[in-house]
Amino acid sequence: MTMEAGGTVTRRLNLDPATVREARELARLAGQPIVELARTHTTVSVERAVLRLAGLEGADEDGLPWVNRLSDAVRESTGLEHGVALPAWDALLAGGYDSLAALARDAARGKVAFRIPTGADAYSARVAASGALQHGMARIDAQRAAREAMIAETAEPPRPWIYLIVATGDIYEDIPQAQAAAREGADIIAVIRSTGQSLLDYVPEGATREGFAGTYATQENFRLMRAALDETSRELGRYVRLTNYASGLCMPEIASLAGLERLDMMLNDCMYGIIFRDINPRRTFIDQRFSRQIHARAGIIINTGEDNYLTTADPVDAAHTVIVSQLMNEYFGKEAGLADGQLGLGHAFEIDPAVPDSFLLELAHAQLVRELFPDAPLKYMPPTKHMTGNVFAGYLLDAFFNLCGLMTDQSILLIGMMTEGIHTPFLSDRDLALENVRYVRDAAGKLGENFRPPPGGFIELRANEVLGEAVRLLRRIGAEGLLNAIADGTFGITRRPADGGRGLDGVIEQAGGYFNPAAELLDPPVLGDFDTERPADGDPRAAAPVETGARQ
Amino acid sequence: MTGQIIRPYGDTTGDGRVQLSFTLPIPFGTPAERARAEGAALQLAAKMGLAPAMVVHAKGMGPDFTFCIVYGRVSHLVDLSEVTVLEREFPLLSSAEVNLRIRSGLGRKLVVVGACIGTDAHTVGIDAILNVKGHSGEKGLEYYREIRVVNLGSQVDIGDLVARSKAEGADAVLVSQVVTQRDAHLSNSRKMADAFTAAGPGRPLLVVGGPRFDQGMAAELGVDRIFGKGTTPGEVASYLVHALTPARAPAATPSPNGNGPGSADLEGLNPDGPAADGPESADRVSAADVSAADVSAETSRAAQAAR
Repeated sequence: MTMEAGGTVTRRLNLDPATVREARELARLAGQPIVELARTHTTVSVERAVLRLAGLEGADEDGLPWVNRLSDAVRESTGLEHGVALPAWDALLAGGYDSLAALARDAARGKVAFRIPTGADAYSARVAASGALQHGMARIDAQRAAREAMIAETAEPPRPWIYLIVATGDIYEDIPQAQAAAREGADIIAVIRSTGQSLLDYVPEGATREGFAGTYATQENFRLMRAALDETSRELGRYVRLTNYASGLCMPEIASLAGLERLDMMLNDCMYGIIFRDINPRRTFIDQRFSRQIHARAGIIINTGEDNYLTTADPVDAAHTVIVSQLMNEYFGKEAGLADGQLGLGHAFEIDPAVPDSFLLELAHAQLVRELFPDAPLKYMPPTKHMTGNVFAGYLLDAFFNLCGLMTDQSILLIGMMTEGIHTPFLSDRDLALENVRYVRDAAGKLGENFRPPPGGFIELRANEVLGEAVRLLRRIGAEGLLNAIADGTFGITRRPADGGRGLDGVIEQAGGYFNPAAELLDPPVLGDFDTERPADGDPRAAAPVETGARQ
Repeated sequence: MTGQIIRPYGDTTGDGRVQLSFTLPIPFGTPAERARAEGAALQLAAKMGLAPAMVVHAKGMGPDFTFCIVYGRVSHLVDLSEVTVLEREFPLLSSAEVNLRIRSGLGRKLVVVGACIGTDAHTVGIDAILNVKGHSGEKGLEYYREIRVVNLGSQVDIGDLVARSKAEGADAVLVSQVVTQRDAHLSNSRKMADAFTAAGPGRPLLVVGGPRFDQGMAAELGVDRIFGKGTTPGEVASYLVHALTPARAPAATPSPNGNGPGSADLEGLNPDGPAADGPESADRVSAADVSAADVSAETSRAAQAAR
């Protein structure tokens, strides 16, 4: 494919570079106030992530994690306006505790008097906390290096990467299914989370065997699955990536666990939780920034969720909202330190097959995304909305999806199942789906080289039309503010006011002297240096920043 | 005459021809294994009433499984006089039809207030009905342009629910009850109905839902409608317009999607755990057929026992 061969994206749409630049500039302007919000606030989950990165694991007898117990105790006594670190490490030193876990146990029993230390005590607390976080970051860095070593030891699969899902609810059932899927050709395994986890304000603990339409995201489940896939990667001579979900109320914590346990990709959208889960917008944006800083450090590729808009809004009428959201995700992602090669922007093949020229419209949209984000590992999602239960028609639609993905050089193909919406995939559904993509790849994988939509033709005009609509919408968002635009129902047709939704009570404005030892390690300028030193793993193109820079 | 007794139609009346595909947990590697797998497929087909049957396709899937496609003639007869159709008191409508009915019937948005009351913290059910995300491939009530949803979340005090419903001008109140210890779901529902009745005239439509309700108990509990396991947002929306918008002469035609695939168990309504938002986020593959998940949970329990 063109991307692998030359590292460049074939331009087919004659997009106006000035319009593209304007779109990015508008996204930056719309996003800046949100970044300011995130820099001046914290959340309970950000603070708990700090404790997790410092190594605090485990849960009390009721299954409530110690990070929750400790941060709740601190919040009750001193508040979290100064961050959890200062009062926690101050108490740790003052009480002579040998670990955060011991401190958390006593704190949960109400035996610890927290305070905001000053002077030399504050200095000591800062030094101790920073040391603990440096240790946590070193673990993340070591996992990143381990990923690179594993890829060197096995091999990087060619693109597009084939993305398959397992979702049994039981990690010990997931593992053999994931290994089987990898043997059948999957390059990426996503373990669907148990439904409802996004609304839990804590991360469950341990290996779990009961879930609903998915398996709980826990640190132990992450570890078990990564170890199993390492084994399978060695067996196959190809690195099999693992994906989970840094979304919902515990986004920063799950991102941290993903970094510690070497997950490779994480679903991490800037607005998904707001729109589809009614999580408070401020909470989401603050959590999102911290989680992306962690992903940047850990070399994790994020996947964004724009495909979801097309399941609620009309995929033709709302095509430009996908572009707008991608531009916002790109801005927020890069601001948080993610490299282009880590931005797995999402989109989907969801146009009603009854619409005339639907395939041409899909080609136009997919190619537009490809050209707007030439260095991003785009994630392309198969049809779901028009999978009717007629599995035969669905199989055909999936073949067209695969064809569109190959013709427009998409990077990650989530493989469509003909039984979409009927039941969790049968073994045979998965096998047939892979047979479908193999056929299309073998038969038409090189079609992209011959795909040149004529200048002024339907595809070029449609792509430019969508880009134009996106710019107009971005101007509107810039004028009214992103939070207001979300409140107005701009995305996914749902209205989400800035003070509505779940989790607002977990948002805290930082006081003067706020201290977050993780943020100090993650925030620029440290991050700026880091960004150029460390290309996204798994993306050979990102290893040559000069080339990336030269392209635009 | 169209008879009362029919058979499937392949290419000739009464030929009884059907197709079937399935996977057997046996290998399809060596010639002996292949022959055995095809024989096994034929045996299954025969036991299912397919005679004669033909394995038109068999393929190994990994080292341990064989996928088979079988065509055959069923010996069974279908007696149409014995077909019973479960009747709903309301037609299933598409979201567009629901919106239209509200616009023409109410001339304003229909207001729905949802909550889990009492100590019930399992918002899974109410969220599956209300959140845009929905479940089983159906979007929740928030998706309907003409419905305004106020989701109060979990552990809502009944007094607060009554007050908030009044303040919001609720047309309908949806309450999910998952916890059933000591019949809490029944007593909570009665208390809620009493509180609304005590609050005076203009009581909103009261709808409760949960996995352990007997749907015939609505009158006894003092509510208007009970929804059980397997309810989809579209059913609830269709019921709301049926109950709340003035009936128009020609009732809207039932939606072809109404009985579509995936009308799965609502809410993964398991009293023991948080559940059902469907696969998170972007990955919507097989959008949470919770009944399938139930099956797999059972399977895994069995597997666990086997270990």
